[in-house]
Amino acid sequence: MLPFVEWLADTRLSIALHESLYMYPLVESVHVLTLGLFVGLAVMLDLRLLGVTLTQVPASEVIRRLLPWEKAGFAVMIVTGVMLFYAIPVRTYQSVFFRAKMIMLILAGLNVWLFHSRVERRIAEWDMAPVPPRAARAAAAASLVLWAGIIIAGRMIAYNWFDCDIQPQPAFINWAAGCVIPPR
Amino acid sequence: MNSSLLPFFQWCESTPVGHAIKESLWLFPVIESVHLLGLAVLGGALLVVDLRMLGLGLRNQTIGTVARDARPWLLASLGVMLLTGLALFLSESVKCYYSPAFWVKITTIPIAMIFTLTVRQRVAAAGIGQATLVTRLTALTSLALWFSVAAAGRWIGFS
Repeated sequence: MLPFVEWLADTRLSIALHESLYMYPLVESVHVLTLGLFVGLAVMLDLRLLGVTLTQVPASEVIRRLLPWEKAGFAVMIVTGVMLFYAIPVRTYQSVFFRAKMIMLILAGLNVWLFHSRVERRIAEWDMAPVPPRAARAAAAASLVLWAGIIIAGRMIAYNWFDCDIQPQPAFINWAAGCVIPPR
Repeated sequence: MNSSLLPFFQWCESTPVGHAIKESLWLFPVIESVHLLGLAVLGGALLVVDLRMLGLGLRNQTIGTVARDARPWLLASLGVMLLTGLALFLSESVKCYYSPAFWVKITTIPIAMIFTLTVRQRVAAAGIGQATLVTRLTALTSLALWFSVAAAGRWIGFS
């Protein structure tokens, strides 16, 4: 992977994005502000599944009505997120926070898939219940924890505490970040 | 921007809270992360109602139902935003003083809050079933105001 991201960093568009005065902050602002849409509505849906808001609204209705906005928000997050990575490929690839964020993103995706393929399949049985069954609440709680973790890890990418060019670091950090330490 | 305010901003930064956050390596990032978590919840609590007022989102429910259920989350997240925002401000008050984005944010926050807690609250509680011109204009104003607050807030970090 490292040669690939090093190659990415040398492409003309990556350098242009990295060095642009307004483009990078603009893309990052869109990424952060879309949090309010994408994670915001995901939180409202999770809170419904926990049975603490919109309890009189069928759970399936909340899912169906909010899903198009979730898809749109996610698309914006992915496009701007890829652009942010593309602007600073090597450092981001070797960031422990970025790696933690990607792992949590995969877990969040698995959680959505599990909910969709198992819990939501029998939604007719509890659609009107103010407080959904345990499995649905567990999925919602996992979603809230994972998205909170993703936001925090994402924010921390900006800090260079564990960057590969700042040595010495604990061996665990160098391993987790995939740092290549030249022999002395 | 009134230059007689500068001593006040310098005093803010010298308060124990401001000083502690500025001196700490991790307090600022942690408080800022909580500020971002608050942003996500606030965004959801605002959008679910604004979308409904536009005739989108949960349109099988009355505006009143959606607004009533979103309200505790709106108020709680707003509280978190104000508290963490104040803490962040105290740690870099002088930088904020010289940041145009900060002045945009500090002006739009009270406007957005007053609008949300008075006009928008009243329109939402009126129990209108369908989105009308009034509810749509209210929602668009709310979205524009809170977008300005968030965008200006993000821009403080770039200045």
